[in-house]
Amino acid sequence: MTVISDPHVQPTKRPRRLFKNLMAKLASIPMILTALVVFVGGTAWTVVYSFTGSRMLPKTNWVGLDQYERLWNSDRWIISITNLGIYGSCSLVLTLVIGFSLAACLDRKIRFESAFRSIFLYPFALSFVVTGLAWQWILNPDFGVQSIVRGWGWESFVFNPLHDANTVIYGLLIAGLWQGTGLIMCIMLAGLRGIDEDIWKATRVDGIGTIKTYIVVIIPMMRPVFITSLVLIASGIIKLYDLVVAQTGGGPGLASEVPAKYVIEYMFRAQNLGQGFAASTMMLCSVVVILIPWAYLEFGGRKRG
Amino acid sequence: MANITTGLSDGPRGPKPKKAFSRANIILYGTLIMVSMYYLLPLYVMIMTSLKGMPEIRMGNVFGPPMEITFEPWVKAWSEACTGINCDGLSRGFGNSVRILIPSVLLSISIASVNGYALSNWKFKGSEVFFTILIIGAFIPYQTMLYPIVILLRELGLMGSIGGLVLVHTIFGMPILTLLFRNYFASIPQELFSAARVDGAGFWQIYFQIMLPMALPIFVVAIILQVTGIWNDFLFGVIYTKPATYPMTVQLNNIVNSVQGIKEYNVNMAATLLTGLVPLIIYFASGKLFVRGIAAGAVKG
Repeated sequence: MTVISDPHVQPTKRPRRLFKNLMAKLASIPMILTALVVFVGGTAWTVVYSFTGSRMLPKTNWVGLDQYERLWNSDRWIISITNLGIYGSCSLVLTLVIGFSLAACLDRKIRFESAFRSIFLYPFALSFVVTGLAWQWILNPDFGVQSIVRGWGWESFVFNPLHDANTVIYGLLIAGLWQGTGLIMCIMLAGLRGIDEDIWKATRVDGIGTIKTYIVVIIPMMRPVFITSLVLIASGIIKLYDLVVAQTGGGPGLASEVPAKYVIEYMFRAQNLGQGFAASTMMLCSVVVILIPWAYLEFGGRKRG
Repeated sequence: MANITTGLSDGPRGPKPKKAFSRANIILYGTLIMVSMYYLLPLYVMIMTSLKGMPEIRMGNVFGPPMEITFEPWVKAWSEACTGINCDGLSRGFGNSVRILIPSVLLSISIASVNGYALSNWKFKGSEVFFTILIIGAFIPYQTMLYPIVILLRELGLMGSIGGLVLVHTIFGMPILTLLFRNYFASIPQELFSAARVDGAGFWQIYFQIMLPMALPIFVVAIILQVTGIWNDFLFGVIYTKPATYPMTVQLNNIVNSVQGIKEYNVNMAATLLTGLVPLIIYFASGKLFVRGIAAGAVKG
């Protein structure tokens, strides 16, 4: 971005600098406060207090890394992390694959494109609570998919992910994909539309097949789009909370707990603030781990280019 | 495959016209229709379930259309369903959500549009730094900031009130909205701004008389983004409000996932649909603008 040079207000005398653009500065106060107090201040506060033994109220009795030790020794946290890992990797791969495939299908100059697009995208307008409750009902073993298939005569059919500790995370995945793939499809479609028609002509002249063109030519060209999608999906996965609360409530038992839920349970229900702070700091760390390579790719690459 | 775009002027030298029912086409449309069914299934099942009576639901077959259409579940979900001791249905949550939504949308958009305008036309030392912090902040998990905000709201005396939640929505809507407006104002020709400055217009004059009227489309996009986002919020609602001020999503979850009593699936589904109705209407009414809104929300930087 270039700094706009204003011919009328010249940065002449030193004392006037603070009052230059005074209105703009005043108008930016909400933004500055949000950035500094809430985002920087709030995050720093949580990180600092994660080293205390705060229980019901935040206190400054320093306990070093005790909270983290307790956190990593807690079964519930390990289950949460594992669940997030399984959900996250499946969701990441499947969302990208489904999103891209759907976008590619829609980009084949088909009829009713906007109708299909509306259908794929509408779940994204719904909240996770609505999504979770709808799928809770469809996956209900007594009335939903399982009972329907049994009604067709396959008496031993078992499809009851929400009440099976081993598969509950895939039940969440079905709902999560239903809600989120439309967005990625839309972004991918925008990316595909941005690709020059001449590329297609060139590959056709060279006799490269359609699917091969997508894999060899188009996907590498869409690298920025994929990176954006990746960041979006990843930041969405870490926030995963509402869906779990609505669809399974973390159950059966602790089988579908996730870190975001762990944090909130400890902060607001179990009145063990220190644990909540430590867990949320771990969440922050995981975001940093994702963000730094991305920022490097995005901004480091731009400078070179 | 189904590519039929080669121009008409190609004449006989062009590729053979593709048949409408080529194998590739059947696979393509077949896949799309199958996938569409997966996406439409939950909506269909919700609607069907919400129109059935409980005896019919107990007979099974959630996928079948109702034999006898009844709107009783809808009425019950709206005005009688219980959460804890309150039995006045979702209407209370709806009212709360509206009372949260309107000020949040107005406040967050007006603040963010002025921010975006200042950032693109009235840069000052450090403005980009604050903006970068704001954008990075959008990626920080909310969980890290939940408790400090509790303290903040308590200090302001807003904890548990609708005003507090409005403030929270304004704060967390700021990064994306500011980005949206900043990029839009940056795309407006600079000459326009300079000309207004030559004529002696000030910060607010330029904003209200030149920028605001030109930015109406982006305001619509921002409104769509915020209305759906705030309406669908669950996390902030559950943490920063109390039962009397619960927004609709929180109340819905409490109604459906309450353990007491017999589960009335038809009422639950009617309640779920009622909650989803507002964003759905906005989605189908706004069409392309919704896509633009989420694309703007998605493609950061």
